[in-house]
Amino acid sequence: MPSLIKSRWLKPLVFLACLVPLALLVERGLHNGLGANPIERITHATGDWTMRFLLITLSVTPLRRILRQPDLIRFRRMLGLFAFFYGFLHLMTWLWLDKFFDPHEMWADLVKRRFITAGMTGFALMLPLAVTSTRGWIRRMGGRNWQRLHRLIYFSAAAGVVHYYWLVKSDIRLPVLYGAILAVLLLLRWANRRPVYNR
Amino acid sequence: MLVRIAPHIRSSEITPKRIYLNRRRFLASAAAGLWLARTPAHAEKLANLAKSPFSTSEKITPIEAATQYNNFYEFGTGKEDPARNATKFRTHPWKVKVEGHCNNPKTYDLDGLMKLAPIEERIYRHRCVEAWSMVVPWIGFSLAAVLKAADPTAKAKYVAFESFYDPSQMPQGRWAGIPFPYVEGLRMDEAMHPLALLCFGMYGETLPNQNGAPVRLVLPWKYGFKSIKSIVKIRFVEKEPPTTWNLANAHEYGFYSNVNPQVDHPRWSQASERRLGEFFKRKTLMYNGYGEQVASLYNGMDLRKYY
Ligand code: HEM
Repeated sequence: MPSLIKSRWLKPLVFLACLVPLALLVERGLHNGLGANPIERITHATGDWTMRFLLITLSVTPLRRILRQPDLIRFRRMLGLFAFFYGFLHLMTWLWLDKFFDPHEMWADLVKRRFITAGMTGFALMLPLAVTSTRGWIRRMGGRNWQRLHRLIYFSAAAGVVHYYWLVKSDIRLPVLYGAILAVLLLLRWANRRPVYNR
Repeated sequence: MLVRIAPHIRSSEITPKRIYLNRRRFLASAAAGLWLARTPAHAEKLANLAKSPFSTSEKITPIEAATQYNNFYEFGTGKEDPARNATKFRTHPWKVKVEGHCNNPKTYDLDGLMKLAPIEERIYRHRCVEAWSMVVPWIGFSLAAVLKAADPTAKAKYVAFESFYDPSQMPQGRWAGIPFPYVEGLRMDEAMHPLALLCFGMYGETLPNQNGAPVRLVLPWKYGFKSIKSIVKIRFVEKEPPTTWNLANAHEYGFYSNVNPQVDHPRWSQASERRLGEFFKRKTLMYNGYGEQVASLYNGMDLRKYY
């Protein structure tokens, strides 16, 4: 198992796997397979995957410990960047296909609709993390500061959960499930407060 | 399960719609095997339909969209859940009870109900509160025919409607987050308005299960959720009756729920809508474009208060 996790070809494989949701969307889009309301389907799929990748990224650290596989850390940055990538697509779907880049409408939505405000908060919190995801930035900031900054991902995921909870009409099962997963991840973190230095 | 896979077989581009849909149905039934033998055949043709002056000449939404993209929370909250989960729904035999403040209460079976007036095709715009819309050729007659047959008394100020609910046939309903059976209501003058359609079919056939078989309302100037599906009870009442979405969330869904681009839903704008099949959004029209017929019903009412 450790040798598998360390193996050179696993990373490109995980990379490709992370692209599968997008590939499926594109493939279905090209073949008229996104149902009666394709734009809604794209918004939902990208939103779902932003949420999932945020939670997957957050589970890397506890999984390293639970599975005794410290090398899993290799994938954390990539997974986090995929959360950002799907979040970006999600935001673009809204900007382009829902608001058609109309600044007036965008602003109106942003201030009036609390679920949009929460979503935007979630995305905005991911931005500095994506920018500082390089080795250079870790060096420049120092491990401790960098780690502290990257704790923002918990807030981003929390904003994502609130965003989802606020946008559903009545069936709250999925947002509650995501919220519960996030709570468990936070608890695991709290139960293991010793800082983990990785690099 | 094959039933789920069938929609991914995309022969839509090369096969005429009707054949394509039938084939899909066939695939689903072949896969479903035994239980289907017990299910009554759905989708009977409805012929000799009169045309209606209320019909719009706008482009009709493809039948796939209108039958695979539905809100029918008893069968699940996903848009494609009803088409998938309602296949076993038993709509035979069916009884509709007309009761309350009237001189002529009566329980109809479906055939009896359908004989009350000649059925006609009405092509209406249909606007969902979620800001999407479609154009559907419904089949039925004005609700007024049933109401008049019951001979309501002076105490009948409102009409209350109730949907069928059977948790054993609709197990997904437990998770919908709204109370069932689904109930709706109209003021007497709204219910008597000729645009209010008691609907038995669409696209030339009886209603598919997921669209509210065997009988539903269609109220084209109101948000779609007012158009209650699978009706079992029509009751004349004196006071404004409770309505399901209002019970679930009074702040977001009012009793009237007329289409109104000026009054936003608290969580999204109602100013525009996406017509299924179109890329750009279009402006939403006051009363969904039926203002000429229905605006007078609401003269002098504050539509922000009575949303
Ligand atoms: C952390 C960032 C975000 C996460 C995790 C996230 C997640 C989600 C999820 C899970 C859904 C529901 C998908 C479904 O129903 O299957 C969703 C829907 C949606 N999101 Fe986001 N989102 C984020 C940011 C944003 C941003 C920045 C915007 C736009 C400003 C946005 C706009 C929307 C819209 C318009 C919907 C559809 C709402 C509806 O169908 O009524 N989201 N998002």
